[in-house]
Amino acid sequence: MIIEIGHYALVLALATALIVSVMPMIGARRGDMALMTLATTGSLTLFLLVTLSFGALTWAYAVSDFSVMNVWENSHSLMPMIYKYSGVWGNHEGSMMLWLLILTFFSALVAVFGRNLPETLKANVLAVQAWIATAFLFFILLTSNPFLRLNPAPAEGQDLNPVLQDLGLAIHPPLLYLGYVGFSVSFSFAVAALIDGRIDAAWARWVRPWTLAAWTCLTAGIAMGSYWAYYELGWGGWWFWDPVENASFMPWLAGTALLHSALVMEKREALKIWTVLLAIMTFSLSLLGTFLVRSGVLTSVHAFATDPTRGIFILCILALFIGGAFALFAWRAPMLKAGGIFAPISREGALVLNNLILTVATATVLTGTLYPLVLETLTGEKISVGAPFFNMTFGLLMLPLLVVVPFGPMLAWKRGDLLGAFQRLYAFAGLALLAGLAFYYAQHGGPVMAIFGLALGFWGMFGALADLWHRGGFGKAKFSVAVRRLAGLPRSAFGAAIGHFGLGVTVLGIVSATTFGTETVVEMKPGASVDAGGYSLTFDGMRDAVGPNYTESRGHFTVARGGVTVADVWSAKRLYTARRMPTTEAGILSFGASQLYVSLGDAMDGGGIVVRIWWKPFILCIWGGALVMMFGGFVSLSDRRLRVGAPSRRAKAARPRLEAAE
Amino acid sequence: MTRKQKRLAVIGGGMSFIIAAVLLVMFAFSQSVAYFFMPADIAKADLKPGTRIRLGGLVAEGSVKRGQGSTVSFTVTDGTGNVPVTYTGILPDLFREGQGVVTEGAFDAATHGFVADSVLAKHDENYMPKEVADRLKKDGVWKEGQGPQGNQDKGVATR
Repeated sequence: MIIEIGHYALVLALATALIVSVMPMIGARRGDMALMTLATTGSLTLFLLVTLSFGALTWAYAVSDFSVMNVWENSHSLMPMIYKYSGVWGNHEGSMMLWLLILTFFSALVAVFGRNLPETLKANVLAVQAWIATAFLFFILLTSNPFLRLNPAPAEGQDLNPVLQDLGLAIHPPLLYLGYVGFSVSFSFAVAALIDGRIDAAWARWVRPWTLAAWTCLTAGIAMGSYWAYYELGWGGWWFWDPVENASFMPWLAGTALLHSALVMEKREALKIWTVLLAIMTFSLSLLGTFLVRSGVLTSVHAFATDPTRGIFILCILALFIGGAFALFAWRAPMLKAGGIFAPISREGALVLNNLILTVATATVLTGTLYPLVLETLTGEKISVGAPFFNMTFGLLMLPLLVVVPFGPMLAWKRGDLLGAFQRLYAFAGLALLAGLAFYYAQHGGPVMAIFGLALGFWGMFGALADLWHRGGFGKAKFSVAVRRLAGLPRSAFGAAIGHFGLGVTVLGIVSATTFGTETVVEMKPGASVDAGGYSLTFDGMRDAVGPNYTESRGHFTVARGGVTVADVWSAKRLYTARRMPTTEAGILSFGASQLYVSLGDAMDGGGIVVRIWWKPFILCIWGGALVMMFGGFVSLSDRRLRVGAPSRRAKAARPRLEAAE
Repeated sequence: MTRKQKRLAVIGGGMSFIIAAVLLVMFAFSQSVAYFFMPADIAKADLKPGTRIRLGGLVAEGSVKRGQGSTVSFTVTDGTGNVPVTYTGILPDLFREGQGVVTEGAFDAATHGFVADSVLAKHDENYMPKEVADRLKKDGVWKEGQGPQGNQDKGVATR
């Protein structure tokens, strides 16, 4: 019964979405308040209905109701409870439900917090959000219904893919979707502005918190996914340039660009058309990612099931929204007035450079991701574009960006002083180079070029500190004055500095782990030992263990340094009973930010086993840096001026002035 | 510099960055793209030793030889052709005889054997690497829902 209620709620949600798609827009055209306020109540109703539907599906998982096909296919009564809950989105249908839930969640947030938005803008934004919801509701109901029943009901489920039975599944998809789908709000704002044919700095002030919130979640989601793949797959890698990873990375890159260009628009009223275009592109890339992952054109852990009708359906949604938005853009964009003149050497100029590099880098990743698909469709030839391609192109293109990041905040708006920026930064650049050298000597080994890579990481970190240092006026003013001045800075200034600092930390981690890391593959018999990263691992032997829905055989190792035992670690070959599927559980030991990573291979005749051991110095910096970036996002979000709804007073005050100027 | 010249310089700078990026992408494609082959294609194709390719097919029954330390050798077959492969490292969990596999590497000039530096099996027991499945299905060696050895206990749901 509850399942049928869930299904019915989803159908009602479709009806609601259709109403919200049309009515408020008519209201906005005619200036009919009653129709416009329908957007708010409608969006809240939509969210409630989708939540109800999602709740019904979750309930089916929680009680292991195997009469529901989706539950039977992806759950097992012996599975730990947490995986039963997270298993809801560990399959195609459920993950689309999560997508929809988060989309309507954002609509509801706009409805609640957008009280100060102009009524027409709010009505249009919520209507555009409802278009997206309508498209995906049709998709779910027609091709991916999670509420199909089985009769008779099977006694036991087929279990969740073991690779997904991990805490990561509970965290990674919701965070990723919060980011991915969160960009829909920027998209809807852009489309609404184009429909309105009017856009100003206040628009950017409304869009920026949403973009920032989405970006923050996406940063965390990608980092979490990367760490999950790192410890779960047992391959020792943290980024594979897999098309599915790229699918989430491209919206992140474009979203980062959007974050910066919206800043220019808010502060200086420049780059209007570009910002609108970026907002459309960012969500288009999110949709493209959904298509790549959900349609089955790619094979990966994320592609749960392949069904050609789904691929075509998502492709239609993609064409409709991206094509429609770009057509609207081509038609309306020329009406938007450009404003704000600036010199090439200025804060705006630096942010344009940031946008140039980030969009070109996005385009490169897009090319590498789509080229094999396009080539196969056109010529039938199958190729693979792998890590070497992306490392060469993306890696090289990002270098100039990393070099110039610290300069940006040092330049003034309108007309900046590059020489002055150099004078303020050279000491920090020197320190970064020294730190790189020191790091290099502490690690011994590795190519000399690594020094520059390391220095680049430190440069990012020190550059961010330099920003705060000069803003406070340390060294010039009295210390107490500088501290007070620093404390008086807006939170968004801290957010930016923290974000840039995090970028530096990530770069440092990447350079360190790739250049100083070691990998050893050996056959070990009990009692044998191997050295890695200054530690010595001794193989103690294999022992069997039993988990709730798996059996495993663990290889135990004792880790010693300088003859003293410091820790022990085990790695396992696990067999999930329901699916008869083997997985490798890596053994990971952290020493500070560095890690020792042990993975088991095949057992040999005579009691030996193949063991793969990695030493990954400072690898935790990669994800640590992402966490710092995320923290920067939160700090910036807590800024008064950015608080959703807060801009109203300033906006109203600013309004007449802007209109007079036009 | 006048304002017009300045603007030209800025646009020129931006364009040259984009052109540099395009050239870089084209260069990287020519360097690092690996074409996909099945064993039957290898005989026809004129491959120079050292050219990176992807070789896909089924792991031939009874061909997996271990016990040379961490080096494993096996044969990749597609029913018509066979290619011997050696690989040093840890094989994926789902690597099996009779199952689909994609290996990446190059032919060795001296031994004429294929030396793989990465072996991809599957993430899940339900599917084959796509390239392999497509070809095998086309050639009629393998059919959907039925592994090459007749995947007995998997009641794959049809809808």
